[in-house]
Amino acid sequence: MKPAPFEYCAPEVLTEAVEVLEQNEGDAKVLSGGQSLMPLLNMRLARPEVLVDLARIPELDYVREDHGALVIGAMTRQRTVELDPMVREKHPLVYEATINVAHPQNRNQGTFGGSVAHADPSAEYPALAVALGAQFKAVGPDGERTIDAEDFFVTYLTTDLEGAEILTEVRIPALPDGAAWAFTEVARRHGDYALAGATSYFTLGADGKCATARIVVFGVGGTPVRASKAEQAMIGEAPSAALFASVGKAVLDDVEEPQSDVHASAAQRRAIAGVMTERGLADAARRAGIAI
Amino acid sequence: MPTPRQISVTVNGTVYESTVEPRLTLADFLRHELALPGTHVGCEHGVCGACTVLWNGRAVRSCIMLAVQTDGTEITTVEGLSKDGELNAIQQAFVEEHGLQCGFCTPGFLMTITEMLDRNPDPSDEEIYDYLGGQICRCTGYQSILAAVRNAIEKKKAAS
Repeated sequence: MKPAPFEYCAPEVLTEAVEVLEQNEGDAKVLSGGQSLMPLLNMRLARPEVLVDLARIPELDYVREDHGALVIGAMTRQRTVELDPMVREKHPLVYEATINVAHPQNRNQGTFGGSVAHADPSAEYPALAVALGAQFKAVGPDGERTIDAEDFFVTYLTTDLEGAEILTEVRIPALPDGAAWAFTEVARRHGDYALAGATSYFTLGADGKCATARIVVFGVGGTPVRASKAEQAMIGEAPSAALFASVGKAVLDDVEEPQSDVHASAAQRRAIAGVMTERGLADAARRAGIAI
Repeated sequence: MPTPRQISVTVNGTVYESTVEPRLTLADFLRHELALPGTHVGCEHGVCGACTVLWNGRAVRSCIMLAVQTDGTEITTVEGLSKDGELNAIQQAFVEEHGLQCGFCTPGFLMTITEMLDRNPDPSDEEIYDYLGGQICRCTGYQSILAAVRNAIEKKKAAS
């Protein structure tokens, strides 16, 4: 339970970090908050030759608003996001996802960017990013590029980032005005990785029927899954308990075979994703004062 | 052999200059290099909370943090809680409410509760559960720990 030996560097400028990654391509690993990487090192499931700690690069740590969008530096601690009054007031879904991430003791150290770059399919932030259509900024040897959330997550623990690219910023659009929103998950204990979960939002048109709907389920595949069929099933319908139940079932059509493991079978994960969607939509309606 | 790193860390108010291997965890650094064995090592993957210390005032898992990451920062361990041999309010509350049996998890609980009460001297039940949810105790069943937290809150209010 001790890490295998590695070289450590903590550059103070981003370009130097990219250079180190480039020189050690395949053998170097970025260290951000360490809440996922350090357990892997302790258990020797990961044995990088070089760790590149990004914590000494000051310009990666910020939370700000830009034209209504929430912009978060990759090295911002999750706890900083949680405790920012602006986030809680104006980006409530981001706040709700954050308080579902592990425990305060992990959020004090874990970073926003680290969680999305690690890309655990049961994690909250990747699902949040896909639901809100976030954009990721990455810097590599060829300069900077922007990646859409739906292209960023490739499969289990794998993103679109190249070996020497570093995630620097996540830009999260605000919810549409008046949107009803929810973030729900089932974990064996509060703070554990979710067995499965769902996050959603919807808006109503002047006719009281759903004008937009966005549903993302997680823990049921290699990446967060956008439940497009379930979203379509909502459009043009008036919110009701019966609608939410049928949408929860429609989610199952969007989910391919999830992994079975010691924590839950594939069937159980699918079922949870459906139920979390249904309950989440009901939560969202209740919170927004929409009668169903 | 990886290159050892020179670090300067303030632990419980004392500045320590050390040369450490990069792979040395903060928990092992505190216990083996600084001879501060109050920080306990349980699961070694950030789940049980026994090794929780304050890092610049924030409760973190010292088993999944490297000593090199703490260069230039401040750490408080359970050894830093009492002053002149007197238990502080949280420690005293644990004694009075039987907040520990074997005591293995206790340093982690104390550090977590320290951050919580520094941030909010009068936390809601929900906040208390959220913080304590990150610490595992296999003896007490948690009720006496909750009682200790409430006792500590009252003690701190009375003292302020």
